[in-house]
Amino acid sequence: MTTDADVKTLVIDEQEVSARAGQTILEVARENDIDIPTLCHLEGLSDVGACRLCLVEIKGSNKLLPACVATVQEGMEVSTNTDRLRKHRHAILELLFAERNHICSVCVSNGHCELQALAQEQGLTHVRLPYRNPELTVDASHERYTVDHNRCILCTRCVRVCAEIEGAHVWDVMGRGINSIVITDLNEPWGSSSCTRCGKCVQCCPTGALFDKSKVGDDHPKYPDFLPYLNLMREAQ
Amino acid sequence: MSKLKLATVWLDGCSGCHMSFLDMDERLIELAELVDVVYSPIVDTKEFPAEVDIALVEGAVASVDDEKKIKKIRAHSKMLIAIGDCAVAGNVPSMRNPIGPEAILNRAYIENATAQQQIPCVVVPKLLRVVRPIHEFVNVDVFLPGCPPSADTFHTALTALLTGAPLDIPALTRFGA
Repeated sequence: MTTDADVKTLVIDEQEVSARAGQTILEVARENDIDIPTLCHLEGLSDVGACRLCLVEIKGSNKLLPACVATVQEGMEVSTNTDRLRKHRHAILELLFAERNHICSVCVSNGHCELQALAQEQGLTHVRLPYRNPELTVDASHERYTVDHNRCILCTRCVRVCAEIEGAHVWDVMGRGINSIVITDLNEPWGSSSCTRCGKCVQCCPTGALFDKSKVGDDHPKYPDFLPYLNLMREAQ
Repeated sequence: MSKLKLATVWLDGCSGCHMSFLDMDERLIELAELVDVVYSPIVDTKEFPAEVDIALVEGAVASVDDEKKIKKIRAHSKMLIAIGDCAVAGNVPSMRNPIGPEAILNRAYIENATAQQQIPCVVVPKLLRVVRPIHEFVNVDVFLPGCPPSADTFHTALTALLTGAPLDIPALTRFGA
């Protein structure tokens, strides 16, 4: 038998696993049913390592690596759920909640929100940091969708899906640091932008930042699982 | 064993957490075997007692009066439990924070008033500039998020706290639940 596949063997959480060279730690972990929490990662989109929730420890290195962009190496020993990592994940979630106005009880995504679900999963019962309470806008100029910046966590899934999958690149990020904000075109109202009205960004948004106007109350589950299938079909052509 | 002294307090919230507490229905009778409710919106006691074992606090801190109350409650309670998203995170009352109390008072008492346009300044306590969760003022022992936490959540959590059984709050409730 001949094989030209470059196989790497490594250890994740004391479990021996094998992977193809170039695979990310996250991909290999999930193939082996090892759960690493993520927020900005979405299957079918490129990875940017923005949210830092998927940070993992590598034996022999004191640097933490984001599992969604770090590729596997031969003999690597990865830990995905240590006290240190749990502490950091907790702090990241608290920073996200404190940064903008996330009022779960009145949010259109209540019960369907990835940030809310992760907070519960990671055992967050309160936020130790003072809330910033920034004054942010809601743009309802689009005939079908609304963007509520109060709920945005700047994961950039909308930016990536619009550029990479829809090919329109209507969404982008304006400003720096804590003043960053997602914008349509060159900060035009969404309704008068070059939006193709495909709605992919709404389905990919993990929180209630982008939502469909036809949904009321908390009845707004999102379905981003079309992405890997869409990619498969395109590759097959 | 003598009964534990339980107090429940209503700060800036909608009373929904108290309604949910009452939704424990017949389980309240079991609870009454273990605790005496010494202070509560549903009990006719005017002053917060000197010694309380468990204080359940609903609502955020939104006024100078709330701030005074929460400090008094902390000083006289062995265990302080923040109940509901307002007490835990600010929730709906904190939605005024980005625009400030003046804008809210103006809208309510001037812009939307058809007669006697004036902002109340006597008897009612002055609003704080920002509404904040209670743990930003005092030490909180247990956080019970939810809007409101369900009657089952109240029952499971209180039973565990009263009997010393293990309590896994994130398995029971979450923000917005």
